[in-house]
Order: sequence, then C-alpha cells, then structure tokens
Amino acid sequence: MRRRVMAALAAATTAGLLTVGPVLACGGLIGPNGAVNLLRTTTFAGYHAGVEHYVTAFQFAGGGGAFGSLTPLPGVPTSVEKGGDWTLQRLLLETDPVLESAFRVDALALPASGEAEVLMEVRIDALDVTVLKGGAAEVGRWATRNGFRLPPDAPELLDFYANRSPIFLAAVFDADAAAERGQAIGDGTPVHVTIPTTNPWVPLRILALGNTGEERVEADVYLLTDRQPALLPLPTGDNGMALQHSAPATAALLSDLRSDHGMEWVPANGWLTKIALDGAADQYTFDLAVDASGQGTPSWVAAGLALPIDSLPWAALLTQALLVLTAIVGGLGLLELGRRQGRGEALRT
Amino acid sequence: MRRLLAAALMLAAVGGCASTTTIEIQMRYSRFEPVQITVPAGVPVTFVLRNEDPIDHEWIVGDAELHEIHRVGTHLHGDLPTEVFVPALESRRTTVTFDEAGQLRFVCHLPQHEVYGMTGVVTVMP
Repeated sequence: MRRRVMAALAAATTAGLLTVGPVLACGGLIGPNGAVNLLRTTTFAGYHAGVEHYVTAFQFAGGGGAFGSLTPLPGVPTSVEKGGDWTLQRLLLETDPVLESAFRVDALALPASGEAEVLMEVRIDALDVTVLKGGAAEVGRWATRNGFRLPPDAPELLDFYANRSPIFLAAVFDADAAAERGQAIGDGTPVHVTIPTTNPWVPLRILALGNTGEERVEADVYLLTDRQPALLPLPTGDNGMALQHSAPATAALLSDLRSDHGMEWVPANGWLTKIALDGAADQYTFDLAVDASGQGTPSWVAAGLALPIDSLPWAALLTQALLVLTAIVGGLGLLELGRRQGRGEALRT
Repeated sequence: MRRLLAAALMLAAVGGCASTTTIEIQMRYSRFEPVQITVPAGVPVTFVLRNEDPIDHEWIVGDAELHEIHRVGTHLHGDLPTEVFVPALESRRTTVTFDEAGQLRFVCHLPQHEVYGMTGVVTVMP
C-alpha cells in the first residue's frame, strides 16, 4: 500500500512539474522589482493538543537572484524545520484523486521606529528563514534593510497583522544557491512551523499582497483538526472561499501523513477540511479563524474582522481616564486622611 | 461674520484644502493626505513631507509630461525641490514657488505606487 501511494505521489509530482509555475509559497512574496505574482499555493494547517503545525512549500523556479516572503504567524514558533517530503502532495491526492494524472503543484510566483526582534534564524536548503517580532514599522524596516522590496499595500497589511500578532516569518529564497545545490526547477522546499497557540488561524489576506484588486488569488488550504472545526468567515463560495472537503480523515491518510518527516504528531483520529480560495485579490480582507474546541466560536479578531481591544484608540483613552480617576480618588483619600489626622492631633492637644 | 467663518471652515473641510504657505503632506498606507491642495501663484510654499510608512516614497509634482517621463523610468531625479525622495519613516522639507496658475499632480512614481493611488492635485490660484 505504502509503495503504491509513494508511486502515485511520484507520478503526480512528475506530472506537476510539467505544468508548474515559478514558485510555490504561503505568504506574500516580493520579487526584486517589487512585483508579486501569485498562482496557486497549497498550505496545510494542523491543530492538535494546543499546537498549530503550519506546512507550506517554496519551490525553485529557475533563474537567479533572491526572493522573499513574509508570513504572519499566530504566535511564537517553537521550531521551524524542513517539512515532510510528501505531506502537501498526499493531501492533494486525498481530496483530488481523479486529478492524479494532471496533478498540479500549482505554484506561485513571486515574484517581502525601532528594530524588529529576531527570534529565530534557520537555514533550510536554499531558504533563509527568520522569525521576527515587531510592529509594522519595525518589521517593514527590517524587511527593507534585508533586501525585500515591499509593494505599496504592505504598510497597511503589516499593520493589519501586527495589531493582532506581531510575529512574522520572513523567508528569503536564494535561487543562485538553489541552482548551486543542484535543485531542479520545480523542486520544492517544504517548511514546517510549529506554533503553540490557543487561537489558531490561517493567514489569507497576505496572499493578496502586491496584487491589484482584480488580480486573482488561488490557493488550497487544508486543515486537520481533532474534530469538525467552526470557521470564520464561513466558506460560502461568494466570499472567494469554497468548502471542497469536510469529513473525518481516513485512517490511510493519517497513517501516510504520520510517516512523513516531522509529522509524528498527527493524531489517530481527525477531521480533514479543504478550502479552495479563488477570488479577486480585494475580496481577501480577512484571515481564516479556526475553532476546533467544539464550542463553535471562532474568533472575530483572529479572522481580522474585529480589532483587538487593546489596539482601539478608546481603550487607550479609557486606560488613561482610569489612571486619572485613580489618581484623583487616591489624592482625595490622602487629603481626607490628612484632615482626619490633623483633627485627631487637634483633639489630642 | 460667524457665517463667513463657518463657510470658510466648511470649504477647507470639504476640499481638504490648505491655503497657508507651509503645508504638511502625510504619506501613510501608500496614500497622500491631503490629496487636494490649493496654493497661490508666485508665493514660496514650503511642503513638509512626512512618510509614516516603513517603505520609501517619492513626492514628484509637475505636469503630465513630467509624470510620463517618470512613469517610463528613463529619468533620474536629484534634489530638485519638485522631486523629493522620502525614505521610510522619515520627513523631508521642500520649498516650491509655482509661477503659473493651473493644476498640477503630485505622484509617487516608485513601482506600483501610482496605480495603487498615490497621487494628489495641487491647484495654483492666480
């Protein structure tokens, strides 16, 4: 069985290479000229035991130079490592088995105050990955200084994410290094990010980075959760998100995934969801919030549909007002205390 | 008198106009603010260009011909008062005297910025 799956994957991957576009990745990608061309991308977000496992791939497209990608994360990762060899392909086979002979690793092309804090640096094949912590200005400055050419919508987008989670994963793909390593066109570098979080979400708006409103965003998002998740926004189709698969994960899938590198965490049971994104770039003003707790209450803040309370201007005003009120009450209390002490001393004398 | 003052305030609010000789232009989220400015002809006007974005911007003011030259990218500009490069999260100050009445546009010609909407209009009053 295993050999048959692997053979199918190999055939599918080979077929994919014939139709593949330039580069596959998850986040917004910024080329040397600031141009961003997103074709189809595939992302996997597994959530189990309070940990989000985010797997995506960067694909060598030939040519030279370096390309960058910025991906917002819901929390500080505990590890960033090379992903498994077949996880993404196996997921595609699970939900699109009839397309085996016309398998597409739909790709994507790319073409990425103070200083952002560098939390982690990892080299994976020809990919330099840096985990950053900082606000929009700090991360933007870091990106610019490190050779990213951010498109004009980047400042607003960075603010959108930094208000919720100031953690970003910056990846620079060195095409020259890839060529030197002997990577062939189409060879992908899967990356597996492990993020402990109570509030999982999948960044979607970043996929529209650098696109004008009418340009298309196409992506497949796979979710593996302990039970059927509640999603926000709901994939209605009209909003550029269509629910293409929602069912208990098969034992064969879970077993295959678990046998891939770094995927030992895959549980014995789970729910597989596939959401296909296909819409105009300006439709994606949100992310995908996931509640797999069974309570059915995905976070509006995690979906980017509401601001975190501490980022609202009135919250700051309210805090200041409370401080002033506390100071006034405290001052009045001290005055009263002084008055009483004065009266007591007067009585004693 | 009160009615006149109210009318003047309303005009400024509606048009986003500024009539003083020092005008601050904010660059935020790759947009200019204000996008419409009115200045008198023959008077030096100082522009304070404040870039609040973590990316670089330009402020290039001129007629259609000038913008076409910048659009095709064959023209390198230096430190002209009407062509100012504003690095990320920095400010620049420039003083320009517009001799003739009419309308000019100011544009950021860095790649994709004009298409994104980073443009404005200066109306020079006689």
